[in-house]
Amino acid sequence: MSNNIYLPYLVTIEKITEEAPGVKTFRLKFNNEEEGLNFQFKTGQFAEYSVFGEGESTFCIASPHTRNGYVECTFRQSGRVTTALANLEEGDVIGFRGPYGNTFPIDRWKGKNLVFIAGGIALPPMRSVIWSCLDNRPDHNEITIFYGAKTVSDLVYKHELEEWKNRPDVNLYLTVDPGGQTAEWKGEVGFVPSVVEKAAPDSVNTIAIVCGPPIMIKNTFPVLKKLGFTDDNIFTTLENRMKCGFGKCGRCNVGKTYVCKDGPVFTAAQLAKLPNEY
Amino acid sequence: MKNPFKLLRKALYTQWIEKLLSTQQVYGPVQQGKRVNYRRIASPAELTDDFIIPENSVKSFVFPRIEKLFSFTGNKEGVSIEDKNLEAIPYKVILGVRPCDAYGILNLGAIFGWNPADPIFSKRLERTTFIGSACNKTDDYCFCSSIGGGPGNTQGSDIFLTKMETGDYIAEIITPKGETLIASDLELFEEATGLEKEKYLAVLPRRFDDSHMEEKINVVFDTPIFDEYALRCLGCSACAYVCPVCGCFDIQDETRGGKGQRIRCWDSCGSKLFTLHTSGHNPRNTQGVRWRQRLMHKFSYMPERLGVRGCVGCGRCSRHCPVDMNISEQLSLISEC
Repeated sequence: MSNNIYLPYLVTIEKITEEAPGVKTFRLKFNNEEEGLNFQFKTGQFAEYSVFGEGESTFCIASPHTRNGYVECTFRQSGRVTTALANLEEGDVIGFRGPYGNTFPIDRWKGKNLVFIAGGIALPPMRSVIWSCLDNRPDHNEITIFYGAKTVSDLVYKHELEEWKNRPDVNLYLTVDPGGQTAEWKGEVGFVPSVVEKAAPDSVNTIAIVCGPPIMIKNTFPVLKKLGFTDDNIFTTLENRMKCGFGKCGRCNVGKTYVCKDGPVFTAAQLAKLPNEY
Repeated sequence: MKNPFKLLRKALYTQWIEKLLSTQQVYGPVQQGKRVNYRRIASPAELTDDFIIPENSVKSFVFPRIEKLFSFTGNKEGVSIEDKNLEAIPYKVILGVRPCDAYGILNLGAIFGWNPADPIFSKRLERTTFIGSACNKTDDYCFCSSIGGGPGNTQGSDIFLTKMETGDYIAEIITPKGETLIASDLELFEEATGLEKEKYLAVLPRRFDDSHMEEKINVVFDTPIFDEYALRCLGCSACAYVCPVCGCFDIQDETRGGKGQRIRCWDSCGSKLFTLHTSGHNPRNTQGVRWRQRLMHKFSYMPERLGVRGCVGCGRCSRHCPVDMNISEQLSLISEC
């Protein structure tokens, strides 16, 4: 067994799902069965995905840790590596290196209400937590999900949104930005922070998890505070450019804090102490 | 206490190098035109000791500019990976290593040793022996004595030599690796008393007080001090490449006809592209913020997270800066805050 920390696992794309324009989900299976059986991660962790000859790219593991035998990633085609990934087909082999980083402390959320708030392509890290919690549903109290995207077609995991909508033990609020709705749209129209404010989830015994573009996070935190959430009970993730994933390449640090080793999961209280370099 | 000093006669030094040349790769300071560089030598006659500091640091012996991480073959029929063969890494001896450079290797080792330890770096370090060489002269850029080093500092060297006016050397065997290197040549190193190392060392007065640097640099974090100093910075990254401690890197793939290798190559926090997201967002979006990152990493983040500083006072970044930025000048300003 190699101790080369840069060596990826070889994984095969078992299934490709087109989620939204330019956004795909890959279900990945380890080529070496034993490696697959031994592979473990916790929700919130990330990995390096590579197309050999094009390079590596960093995304979260979008599947829940409660489901073994495969991992999933969801990405938007935007740069060199994601374009190369987007051009692949089922059966193709890519590299997978991880897991890295810390995790959402879901063991400490037992008996609590959970409010998930996501925007756009930031649902994937949250989808991992949501399913990890839903797979152990009795552990948690009320589960509420707010999810918004620019347009109806930009919403990812459409089948799962349908599934959550139909579950009696999940409160789901879907919204699209003004102008992004279709004639058939039955969800909300408006930006995520205002939808949250209007629905006003109870902050007592509740954890809020927020993932989205910086502008959404910036505008959602004050709403949550107004609703009575404390900074220690608001969780989010940071995404900075990375190469190694283990504290050496020098890119992802925000002050003395390394997103790869200390994150990617942070509380709002931790975020407030960081310099504005993220 | 055992006398740490041994005497290595000039003629025996040459003889020793010739023996080393027969067993492994030997590198040392070589004059090339107006420059001196650490280069591979085939004969001790190629070495020079008439210089202040070589242009390149010894960093590349443990952290090469380009390092293959593994190779791969990939096409539609499948992908296979061939792991890097660490056993193919050669044994090397580096002669004439400046004390700052040797010290830098220790600090660089803290980055690569941070869990998980980097096995490629570790193997290169394990197979490279650094023969430190005391400085008998300095220039206006040197500031090792201001940040915990000095012309006779032995930290990071496996063996340390100080040249006397006779041309003979005072030898100190610092590490087990150094002991192993001379194990079969012990007769060359004479037991001697009365050797005075200090009087052959350059005198380098302290340029600033570094005693509260870690505190002070955090105090000035939000002041304009970094922006003002970095107004002229071009972001060329020369400082990072010549630095003996800068360890930041990029990972890239290189391919030719379906075969390729994943490589690690030097990179620099001074570059705008270093932290640029694909979306166009850049967390370190001005040269001032990038310069601040460089100094904070070396004088705050590394000390706090790894227990060592990221600077050894070699002054190379300032010597090579095309717009004459001077790190010891900036540190002096901070120390006066």
